[in-house]
Formats: sequence, structure tokens, C-alpha cells
Amino acid sequence: MNFDWRWAFALEILPRLLRATVNTLLAAGIGYAIAMVLGLVFALALRSPWRLPRFILREILEFIRSTPLVVQIFFIFYVGPQVGITLSPWVAGMIAIGLHYSAYVAEVYRAGIEAVPRGQWEACRALNLTTRDSYVRIVLPQALPHAMPGMGNYLIGIFKDTPMLSVIGVTELMQAANAIGSETYRFIEPYTLVGVIFLALSLPTAGLVRLGERRLRRKLGL
Amino acid sequence: MDLSAYPLELPENDRPMVRFMDVTKSYGTLVVLDKLNLDINRGEMVSVIGPSGSGKTTVLRMLMTLETINGGVIYVDGKPLTHMVRNGRLVLAEEAHLRRMRASIGMCFQHFNLFPHMTALQNCMEGPVQALGLPRAEARTRAEELLAMVGMIEKKDQHPSRLSGGQQQRVAIARALAMRPRIMLFDEVTSALDPEVIGEVTEVIRKLVAEHDLTMLMVTHQMGFARDISDRICFFYKGRIEEQGTPQQFFNNPQKERTQQFLRAVKDAD
Repeated sequence: MNFDWRWAFALEILPRLLRATVNTLLAAGIGYAIAMVLGLVFALALRSPWRLPRFILREILEFIRSTPLVVQIFFIFYVGPQVGITLSPWVAGMIAIGLHYSAYVAEVYRAGIEAVPRGQWEACRALNLTTRDSYVRIVLPQALPHAMPGMGNYLIGIFKDTPMLSVIGVTELMQAANAIGSETYRFIEPYTLVGVIFLALSLPTAGLVRLGERRLRRKLGL
Repeated sequence: MDLSAYPLELPENDRPMVRFMDVTKSYGTLVVLDKLNLDINRGEMVSVIGPSGSGKTTVLRMLMTLETINGGVIYVDGKPLTHMVRNGRLVLAEEAHLRRMRASIGMCFQHFNLFPHMTALQNCMEGPVQALGLPRAEARTRAEELLAMVGMIEKKDQHPSRLSGGQQQRVAIARALAMRPRIMLFDEVTSALDPEVIGEVTEVIRKLVAEHDLTMLMVTHQMGFARDISDRICFFYKGRIEEQGTPQQFFNNPQKERTQQFLRAVKDAD
């Protein structure tokens, strides 16, 4: 066994990996955007007054949270065509990641909304605001700072889960490293660099999320 | 629930601003209000006092439609508030009806409940702009007038977190008035305040009583204040009105044993 790290090779493959990183960031960004929007829709639906739809949705979200993301990716990509839904790897991957994380993000929103004191709702009623205005103008702006830390965690979570998209051939960072490995039979450099790139992007993101939370609170006067 | 005994609308010659008819509220087996009957006349200032748990705050909350009703009917200006007329019968009110009726009622809370992410001015503009559809410029003028009236115009661009309790409550009063209600509800508005700032809030309410023809209902623990400004005092005990009368009658010559006990206890606490 020998540890054989070649700097020249590492430098040679770095540009290729960085190009793939752009796709990784794109996938994380799109997946996160889907999860944020869908999660909010789910969170609000879970607070709707209709009991049966609420119950069904809760069970579906529980199911999504209780099954592995990679299974969901495979399922959407490979089972889809058998029932007539053929999706490109990118589309299938974004749907899978967005949907999977929306089930978690919905809980973050829910906790944030529930952290807003009941008196705020009562003030909304006393001022005759509609339910929609109460949410959009009063409750959600106050729920958001509560939700920020959780949101930040899931942003990093999504980012770190994008390598799973390599299983259906999305050309992101992991896929690029795999390709380099099978072309050159050298694995130590590509996989190490993948880890370093993820680390270099995750750490500042966590810091930015904390900063963002503080700024949001200040902006809202909280 | 049989509502056929209650009129669809009160007759022209018998229309108090607010009428509670047999109003009942319970949580499970706990009865908070027990067939309450109470009229509040136009322009009248009624203070509701009583020991905690006597249902006095519930009276206000039901009038603001923050609580549902379990029995009886509440009428506002002759029209049913908690119910609406459908096919010639009273049925429980839907949100659209509540919204129409709520427009004439304003409320101030013990803990102010200002919107923390908005300035004092924005707090006072929110209802008029969003719920009444007032143009922003007009809402701003109205809000500034009211903030000036409560002595908070210099602080109009401050967020609630930068204001003292007394200042927050004064903004909350301005916010409620910006909706131009005909009925104002004050739910223990000085209970959460430090003693030295209570005066600035009661001063504002005194001014309202003197200068406006609002109908007001106030839950309070401040006997002296209630005595000064009220037309009538209602003493609640265990979900019922135990005794009511003018401040003179009520404080100088209480009839019921419970009332006497309560007034003695309050006096001792002072």
C-alpha cells in the first residue's frame, strides 16, 4: 500500500471539477428554491381548516421523510418512464430533491409560524385583516427569522446531497470525479478534491446564514 | 341549538349599541359565561370589573369575535354579530359576515400586540390600508393625527421594541382608532404597565371619553379610574353579572355581599 498523491494531476483535473461545481451549485440552488416554495405551500396547507386533506398531506410528508432520498431519485427517474412520465436526469433530480426537502422545510416553516404569539393573530382580527393579509404581512415576516437557522441547515443539507444525483447521470461534481476516476484509474486526487470543494463551500455558507439571520432581524426591527 | 326565540334584527325603538342575549361560553365543562344579558347604549362607557376567572375578558373577546359563541346571540347596532340571517333564520356567522360586522369594533389588548416589525406609523396604517382600502396618503394623515392625539407623533418612526409599555399602549390605541370604530374595547390595557406610566394611558382614554361619542367597554382593575370615567360599572362573578349600577351607587352603596367582599379586598390591596 502506498500513498501516492500527485500535485500535477490534481491541478490538471481541478478546472474540470470546478466546472462541474457550477452544476452542483445550480442543482443545490434550484432544489432549494423548489423546497422553499413547496415547503411553504405544505406548511400553510397543514394549517388549513379542512381535516381530511390535512391528514392526507401529513401522511404523505411523513412518508417522504421516512424514505431515502436516493430511492426517491431512482424512483422518479426510472419508474416514471414505465408509467409514461419520462424526465431528463436534471428535471427528475430537481423534482426529487425539491420534494424531499420540502417535507423537512415545511416543518421549519410550521415551527416558525407557531412561534409567532397568538396576540399577533388577535390584533390582525381586531384590525379586520384577511387571513391572507395576516399571513403575508404580519405572521410570515415574523416567522421567517425563527425559521432561518433551520432553513440554513437544509440549504447545506441539500448542497451535500447533490452527489446523489450522480446515480442518474446528472453531471455535477461527484459525477465528474467518477468520470475522472474511470478514465485515469486515479481516485485519490478527484475524490479528495471533491471533499475539499464541498468543505470550502459549506463552511462559509453556514456563516452567511447566521449573518443573514442577524441582518433580517435587524431589518424587521425585532 | 334553537335560535327561533331570538329576533333576526332588533326593533328600531330598542336598539342599544350592543346587546348580549343569553350569551353562553364554555370550554368543555367549564362555563365561562352563563346566559349573559347585557345592553350597552350608544356613547356609553361601561367598565367591567370582577375577580379573575369571572368571564369579564371573555365578554370583550366575544364581542371582538376572537371567541366563538356556544349559546345566545350578540347584536351590534341591532344586527346579529355572532349569527347571520339565512332563509329567514339565524345561523352561525361565516367569516364574510364577521368581517362586515367587525368593522365597527376596535380593541386594545393587555399586551398591546403591536406588530413588532413595523414602526408606530406603519402599525397605525396597516388596518386602514389593507382592510379598509384607504389610499396610503390618506391613511398616513389619519395615522399621524391619531399618533399626535395620543402624544406619540415624535416616535412615529420607532419600532415597538424601542418604546416603553405606556408608549406602546398609546400607539395601540391610535392603531385601533385608525379603523374608525364605533365601539372600543379595552382589555386590561394598564395591567401590564409599570405604575409610573399607567397615567399616560388612562389620560388618553379620559380624552376619548370626553371628546368622542364612542361606545366603550373596558375591563380594568383600576377602581379609581373606572369610577371617574364610567357611566356604569358591571361587576362579574362566575360568568354572571352579580351587580351593576352607576359608579356612585356601585362604589358607595354596593348591594350584594359578593360585591362588598370584592371591593373590600381591592381596597386592602391598595
